[in-house]
Amino acid sequence: METNQITETINMVSEEHLDIRTVTMGISLLDTIAGTPQETAKNIYKKITTYAKDLVKTAKQIEREFGIPITNKRISVTPIALIAGKATPDEMLYYAHALDDAAKAVGVDFIGGYSALVQKGFANGDLALIESLPRVLTETDLVMSSINIGSTKAGINLDAIKLMGETIKKITDKSDTANAKLVVFANAVEDNPFMAGAFHGVSEADVVINVGVSGPGVVKRALEKVKGEPIQNVAETVKKTAFKITRVGQMVGALAAERLGVEFGIVDLSLAPTPARGDSVAEVLEEIGLEMVGAHGTTAALMLLNDAVKKGGVMASQRVGGLSGAFIPVSEDAGMIDAVKAGVLSLAKLEAMTSVCSVGLDMIAIPGETPATTISAMIADEAAIGVQNNKTTAVRILPTNGTKVGDLVDYGGLLGTAPVMPVVEKSSADFINRGGHIPAPIHSFKN
Amino acid sequence: MAKAVVTVIGKDKPGIIASVANTLADHNINILDVSQTIMSDIFTMSMLVNLEKLDEEFNKLQDDLTVLGKHLNVEIHTQREEIFDAMSRV
Repeated sequence: METNQITETINMVSEEHLDIRTVTMGISLLDTIAGTPQETAKNIYKKITTYAKDLVKTAKQIEREFGIPITNKRISVTPIALIAGKATPDEMLYYAHALDDAAKAVGVDFIGGYSALVQKGFANGDLALIESLPRVLTETDLVMSSINIGSTKAGINLDAIKLMGETIKKITDKSDTANAKLVVFANAVEDNPFMAGAFHGVSEADVVINVGVSGPGVVKRALEKVKGEPIQNVAETVKKTAFKITRVGQMVGALAAERLGVEFGIVDLSLAPTPARGDSVAEVLEEIGLEMVGAHGTTAALMLLNDAVKKGGVMASQRVGGLSGAFIPVSEDAGMIDAVKAGVLSLAKLEAMTSVCSVGLDMIAIPGETPATTISAMIADEAAIGVQNNKTTAVRILPTNGTKVGDLVDYGGLLGTAPVMPVVEKSSADFINRGGHIPAPIHSFKN
Repeated sequence: MAKAVVTVIGKDKPGIIASVANTLADHNINILDVSQTIMSDIFTMSMLVNLEKLDEEFNKLQDDLTVLGKHLNVEIHTQREEIFDAMSRV
């Protein structure tokens, strides 16, 4: 019995906020499609409530046995636009309510997959789904949506970007917080367990368990022990810590899958912050040597962190997937909020950071009067970074009516609080209004 | 057969080991290994114990130990051994 190791593990959980962020059950809905939306909705409800019946109970028991919190239990499903190929926007509500009702019936925190993949173009179901978003995201509670508007293979669908800018504005007019449930992706991954972007890709098995680990606090604490040492020691420390965290995710995921009698999918080794102090990615970056996140050097520190997390985690898990890296959502990270309030962390710096981390502009509040075309242009910039660099990028942006720069907007719970950030006021309208399609980048002559 | 680690952390006072051992005995659980130390007045103990199986009995034991911890004003964790192995061994 190694007492030191036991104490270390217990401290990670009780003092450093180590948790399994989510156990997400991915469920294929391809076999629920019936003749009418009502029948399909009934099948969807039945399949989800059958397979996920014991998800929460099982997760809670595992939590107990290992003494490690599993913060969220979630479900992801096949992108609904594929299931609702024939539906009208009004009929889409049947699908959305089936998801919401099923999620509530089994007691999960969120259900993701109210999604459409439109990187190359729109089909009927895609357009119906996007048109239904303002209603769906305000009339349901647990349904999360994602729209993929670009990929390295297909290029960037500028028409879709324009439509999403307008849709985000329409959602804001109905609710200040509903946009937290919508993410616009480039290069979306099919096995991501994290919200709002989780969906169950068409190439996945029928039902799988995916796990998302967390633990910025643990990484920060480990880095406190190598203060002032050369930077490669920082990378080594992050790798070792990521290994430990991921091993817990692997163990929990494999056991949950076994007990639920389904396949084990992947571990997503992401450092995902929460608004709690000491559970912040910004604080990790500051521990590496920045006075405040947003200072020059932030992008370099984040690149090292993101890469070392992957390197450490890959060996600890049988199968790694999802987004895997570091998340930088502003409203969900106490250190990021401080840096924005202090005027140190700007949108421009955040955009640069997204070129080396696992996601994109995430949970950022902007003034409500920001034009739709400006929001579209922000999405286009993020998509460009992802598509050109073969990585996932995402935009989850929250225009908030009646606010001005510097105001604080509260989204509640894990979603946190965001200070309203300034956007460039010059117009991007003529660029966005061109519409059409940005061709896929060439991947030779790399420079 | 599964194993669990019971850890007790808190301010030292007479009777902590006795009470924990009694609770374990009440559940008919065998202690395999004990390690205990006092660091600047803080009592730290880890016990490796045998579990017949992982079922309601485990949950009851965990609940009883948590209640005992509150009563003794110390923190008692009961966790399956695997989590420590998973984290610390390749």
